[in-house]
Amino acid sequence: MKVGLFIPCYVDQFYPQVGIATLQLLEKFGCEVSYPAKQTCCGQPMANSGYEHLTHDCNRLFISNFSEYDYIVSPSGSCVLHIKDHLHDDKREVEATHVRTHIYELTEFLTDILKVENLEAHFPHRVGVHQSCHGQRGLHVAQMSELVAPPFSKPEKLLNMVTGLELVKLDRLDECCGFGGTFCVAEEAVSVRMGIDRVDDHVKNGTQILTGGDMSCLMHLEGVIRRRQLPIKVMHIAEILNSK
Amino acid sequence: MNHADAAEKFNKDFDRTTWHDETLWWVRQKRDRAAFAIPEWEALRETASQIKHNVLSELDNYLIEFEKNAQKNGITVHWAADAHEHNEIVLSILKSQGVTQMVKSKSMLTEECHLNPYLAENGVEVVDTDLGERIVQLAGEPPSHIVLPCIHWKKEEIGVLFHKHLGTPEGCADPILLTHAARENLREKFLTRRVAITGVNFAVAETGEFVVCTNEGNADMGAHLADVHIACMGIEKIIPKREHLGVFLRLLTRSATGQPITTYSSHFAKPRAGQEMHIVFVDNGRTTQLGREEFRNSLKCIRCGACMNTCPVYRRSGGHSYHNAVAGPIGAILAPNLDMTKNADLPFASTLCGSCSNVCPVKINIHEQLYEWRQVLTKSGHSPMAKTLSMKAMSAVLSNPAVYRLSGKIGRFTMANAPFVVNNSLNPWFKQREMPEPPKESFGEWYKKNRSE
Ligand code: SF4
Repeated sequence: MKVGLFIPCYVDQFYPQVGIATLQLLEKFGCEVSYPAKQTCCGQPMANSGYEHLTHDCNRLFISNFSEYDYIVSPSGSCVLHIKDHLHDDKREVEATHVRTHIYELTEFLTDILKVENLEAHFPHRVGVHQSCHGQRGLHVAQMSELVAPPFSKPEKLLNMVTGLELVKLDRLDECCGFGGTFCVAEEAVSVRMGIDRVDDHVKNGTQILTGGDMSCLMHLEGVIRRRQLPIKVMHIAEILNSK
Repeated sequence: MNHADAAEKFNKDFDRTTWHDETLWWVRQKRDRAAFAIPEWEALRETASQIKHNVLSELDNYLIEFEKNAQKNGITVHWAADAHEHNEIVLSILKSQGVTQMVKSKSMLTEECHLNPYLAENGVEVVDTDLGERIVQLAGEPPSHIVLPCIHWKKEEIGVLFHKHLGTPEGCADPILLTHAARENLREKFLTRRVAITGVNFAVAETGEFVVCTNEGNADMGAHLADVHIACMGIEKIIPKREHLGVFLRLLTRSATGQPITTYSSHFAKPRAGQEMHIVFVDNGRTTQLGREEFRNSLKCIRCGACMNTCPVYRRSGGHSYHNAVAGPIGAILAPNLDMTKNADLPFASTLCGSCSNVCPVKINIHEQLYEWRQVLTKSGHSPMAKTLSMKAMSAVLSNPAVYRLSGKIGRFTMANAPFVVNNSLNPWFKQREMPEPPKESFGEWYKKNRSE
């Protein structure tokens, strides 16, 4: 199985350990993983700002980077959702469709495609999951609290395979953290307030390690945590699933 | 003031923001409990959505059917192309009665049309009889929520307001006493006013009747005691058959407040002997919205307010920050249709988290429409030039890997272009958040060393 690794720009630049953990995890499960060197970005920052019409070149590049792989996997639900919903190219629509239908967020790939039932991971900490909206309400990696439907969570199912790990139950299961792309600066006051409230829920319920499948939300929450000097560490779920 | 500035002002009072958020979250939780008590909830939502789908594709026919049946019942039907026409029609009815005072129960449509100020300018005194609306009216404010108009007021503050206007004892903040005072004050108005306006929740094409839902019975008091009942409604409020009420009435209040049903769901079918009954149908941009394919479904809205209660941004910025009669997520997709320039900020006042679409009882894809509005607003030139330029620059770099790598080298590109990562006090990211610390090498550099042959 040939897997193309898509590492979003800010993960590449700020959180290399998340890319490394993702790569090692996929390799552990026998995937043949490559990281196309010419990748840049999914185009979401422009599209969510109302400039989807400026993403054509970005789309073209994404397609030429990734269309040859069986699957494309990324440790960011938000970027994956953007590609799934918006990647098109008049001239290469067949390839674009292949990419759109074969791109996966890491936890859904581990659960649905690799059908992982066992992990040799050990992580003796109280872990609180931040369920990012795009992963949840967009990609359905977990049930949404608003819907009258049976609960499930792919990330939590995986975390439950990690020995020593204790999952924290939050007061508000899936409230948005307030990152929201350019929202985080355009609506700074509300964005920060939402971040504070999310973090407080974790503090109140005894989270030691805050994790999730979307590094952008985690970066925002980490920013709030560090500024307020709270005793919580932030790690991407790939790092926990890959821990020994 | 745009949404971001108003929201920043709102957030200056940290504890009050907490209180506002928690109050509305409590309503969301009540909604959840009510919804989860109905196993077929999701099927109900789907049914409601489909009925409204049919309504929107057959709107003209249903309206004509309603008019025919309503006229048969003795109701006078009026048509208003816009807010101004609506207001003129109401005023002309009042004039024909020689009346300068009237009562009005809750109607978001009349808020949308700014009826109260219009009538005031024309010498007519309007008394809002919904308790929440009465409070904001006494305070000289617009409602901040379509179902809970004074949700931003604390009971102590209402005590002060009532002391000033209704003569309640100073320092009294007991909700029961305050409600009693309001009721006594309103009773006199109900008994003496000859004209009453109500909104409409549903108008049934098949029968020519309309249904008004209230918890306080104030619509009934107004309408039954007045010689003239004027009901104002947006044209999208029509439903085909009476049996469809079984779907909508089950959804409306569970979504709105978590109650199984409103205390009063009153059917008005014909004027009683000696009474006049009017209905005013208002377009005011609705047919334009109907013509915008990607935004058409916003007309399915039954004004339950659930999208506001669940919206993490609404809860932390307050209804007034949306500077529109209808606030919150639904307001943000309705308002640009009325005026793109004035409301260009609203579709951006969202993280696109999608919770609104999930609670919406008629399954409007609200967050997708927010995204679509962003595209429409930007393409039609409602975006600051500086933003356009920086987006163009970003597009150029991101579509060229060589340039990207060059500007890469530990985050230089990201630092300069990603909106959230310039480490100085001028950057809004840094005001209340730390930056991620740049690592020794990027993932790309690590990969080159460790994996590439
Ligand atoms: S958009 Fe949906 S959730 Fe929001 S007020 Fe309208 S019906 Fe209710």
